[in-house]
Amino acid sequence: MNITIKYFGQLTDITHLEEETLEFGGTYVYELLETLYRKYNTLKTKNFQVAQNQELVNENTKITGHEIALLPPFAGG
Amino acid sequence: MKDKKPMKSVFKEGAITSEFIGNSIYKHQTKTSIGAHNIFLGQVRADEINGKTVSAIEYTAYEDMANQKFHEIRESAFEKFDLTCMHIYHSLGTVKAGEICLFVFVSSPRRKVVFEALEYIVEAIKADVPVFGKEIFEDESHQWKVNS
Repeated sequence: MNITIKYFGQLTDITHLEEETLEFGGTYVYELLETLYRKYNTLKTKNFQVAQNQELVNENTKITGHEIALLPPFAGG
Repeated sequence: MKDKKPMKSVFKEGAITSEFIGNSIYKHQTKTSIGAHNIFLGQVRADEINGKTVSAIEYTAYEDMANQKFHEIRESAFEKFDLTCMHIYHSLGTVKAGEICLFVFVSSPRRKVVFEALEYIVEAIKADVPVFGKEIFEDESHQWKVNS
């Protein structure tokens, strides 16, 4: 399945892009993260949350949506 | 979600001006059931970090999720508190030190409500809304702001 991954804030300093589409054959969020860690080594050292279809999820959540966002600590206000 | 009204965007490009804030207050003069307003203004601080001074913050957001979160905060504030109206505006893009980046405006018939409601709303915004801030230093280097 094709998944769009969105990167925000300090994570874009690592990925150098804000969005990409990946072909993903796994089932869980942690599997997608492993794929991304292979692609971006230093991503693993960063603190971030994962949102699926705009809701926060954890590593053991099944991937059902087409939009995943990696969200570093919030800084609104 | 109970409310199917279309969500209006909370985001404004650049700083929130004092004219805009003043005009918002003016617009409430026709709502005469209101007895108390309370306003929170977030201002960009010129923090000094390792000898360098922050000259601006560049705000970005996961806008769809952020607008959804603002909407949830609004709904829950109306449920918890007896508010007549409530407005939230947050900047995107560059806001210089000393300029306003967040404007929260709550109104109620009575004063006690607006003090509690405003604190609740501002804390929820800081904790739950995916907004990101790049602190730009005078030498154009940067670091990423984190809410404490």
